[in-house]
Amino acid sequence: MLRLEARPQPSARWGYASPLLALAITVVIGVILFAALGKDPVRGLQVFFWEPIKSTYALSELMVKATPLLIIALGLAVCFRSNVWNIGAEGQYLIGAIFASGVALTATKETGAWIIPAVILAGVLGGMLWAGITALLRDRFNANEILVSLMLVYVAIQVLNYLVYGPWKDPMGYNFPQTKTFESVTQMPRLMQGSRVNIGLLIALAGVAAVWVFLFRTYSGFAQQVGGLAPAAARYAGFSSRKALWIALLTSGGAAGLAGALEVAGPIGQLTPYVPAGYGFAAIIVAFVGRLHPVGIVFSAILMSMFYIGGELAQSRLGLPKSITGVFQGLLLFALLACDTLIAYRVVWKK
Amino acid sequence: MESTALLIAASLNAGTVLAIASLGLLINEKAGIVNLGAEGMMLCAALAGFATVVHTGSTVAGFVAGMAAGALLAAIFGALVIWLNTNQYATGLALSLFGGGFSAFAGTSYVQAKLPEQSQFAIPLLADIPFIGNALFKHHPMVYVCAGLVFGLIWFLYRTRAGLVLRSVGESPESAHALGYPVRRIRLLAVVAGGALCGLAGAYVSTVYTPLWVEGMIAGKGWIALALTTFATWRPARVLLGAYLFGGVTMLQFHLQGMGVNVPSQFLTMMPYVATIVVLVLISRNPTWIRVNMPASIGKPFYPGS
Repeated sequence: MLRLEARPQPSARWGYASPLLALAITVVIGVILFAALGKDPVRGLQVFFWEPIKSTYALSELMVKATPLLIIALGLAVCFRSNVWNIGAEGQYLIGAIFASGVALTATKETGAWIIPAVILAGVLGGMLWAGITALLRDRFNANEILVSLMLVYVAIQVLNYLVYGPWKDPMGYNFPQTKTFESVTQMPRLMQGSRVNIGLLIALAGVAAVWVFLFRTYSGFAQQVGGLAPAAARYAGFSSRKALWIALLTSGGAAGLAGALEVAGPIGQLTPYVPAGYGFAAIIVAFVGRLHPVGIVFSAILMSMFYIGGELAQSRLGLPKSITGVFQGLLLFALLACDTLIAYRVVWKK
Repeated sequence: MESTALLIAASLNAGTVLAIASLGLLINEKAGIVNLGAEGMMLCAALAGFATVVHTGSTVAGFVAGMAAGALLAAIFGALVIWLNTNQYATGLALSLFGGGFSAFAGTSYVQAKLPEQSQFAIPLLADIPFIGNALFKHHPMVYVCAGLVFGLIWFLYRTRAGLVLRSVGESPESAHALGYPVRRIRLLAVVAGGALCGLAGAYVSTVYTPLWVEGMIAGKGWIALALTTFATWRPARVLLGAYLFGGVTMLQFHLQGMGVNVPSQFLTMMPYVATIVVLVLISRNPTWIRVNMPASIGKPFYPGS
């Protein structure tokens, strides 16, 4: 029968090949799914993998969706490498969006361009605050960070609902649960005419470089990863696990909050109950598929963005529910985890 | 007075959902496996149960379908975690994300569907007792099945050989393996049983508790059930108690709203989630207390001969 045999050394080749194999498996299952639903599989693949890249405009929309995923996933990479399981990025993203909105709503016609950095900063602080609760409860009371950070997502959604149905509701908004549209001065500056890509993309790319330097070129980033891989070794080396916990959660919370700020003061332009779009959860998949490596995450964020756009197109072009995106996201992570077995083990035939 | 009886009744009903799922997760964790996929399994099972009742009209068939859906997903999770040694947290998370996406996708056509009218339940004689009758004896049979399940599980875990083996697999898989027990097969059985119970809880939600189907309708109950096992320090009776307590917190919000308490409804909706955090903090404050009660090999993979 087939058995797994531990490799003497983890295979570097499979480290790269595993995400590709996982994607191939997801595509095969997708083709089967399309065929089973009576849709043309070729058309289905086209919608997911060709339409989002076929024109400059499509590409720019791809970047618009990839930006928040990239930023959140970069933070999560630092977090997961430190073996801290923050799965509540969605909540941190929301609170970031709420804080940013709070600043953006103070703007008037006369407000200067200084409001843009203020909005961004507020978002980062909001995300850090929300993740800081998890860090505090874990550090001080040993409470499980997975459950606390996830519960805080539900709390954040209610905070958002309270604000848009209550004090922040636009009095001129025909009773819709949303704030007034932010003043145009708070809009993130766009990079070019005719597309929605804004400075968020540049911030995200700067983030890629920053996380790479932090993880692979600084002492503190090294300590962070040792704590994740071998807690005992880290203790022996005198690296503080408490410090690592705080760095991990504040980095990922700040990144998620930043993404929230860029989103409400960018493509959305106001606070609505539809701000939570699942980016915080999708970013977990992005981080893993990108091998928790900043450069890998760029590719996986683009891939995940294709899934989002493909899902929307599948709804309008093929008459499939948009939630097909979630199916493929889940499948991709499943396939990746299974394929990752091949990094540490090889399959052998033994009687 | 009468409204208090109804509050108790509603709390027991809400607690039953949490208790069934949490007992399932307890079986998993006693065998050393943490399944973060509870939310996803419950969502898929809720849909499977709901769809089955829509087509067959039988609630029992719905429960069976829910259990089957939960068991199937748990088996996939188990195969990955136990045979391919994937990370338990990541795999469970994948299951939750997949379950959320898949149930939303497959359930689109059921959003408007309605279930047949349900009959009222009441235990003869006992239900006529004032106050107590309304509070305790007018429930769906599942509420009593769930309470019975706790005693069954206590007996199984602490009074049978099979239960002892299950616990040994969660405490020290190496020793169990050395004694000749098929550790991985036992763990898979535990995972599948746990999945079936989560599935039953999910189907109960969509067919009895709130008889409808909406995307994401489990609303974190799977995660709260996970927190409950820690809260109960892995003891079945405490799981039931904790579940009823949380059911009470969930129901208190409607009660307070009914009484006209002047708090924005969103803050009341928040309560079960905040309560989960508070309870986790209180119970985890003492690390030794947790360490003494927690199955020793929880979350650790076991691969014989490695």
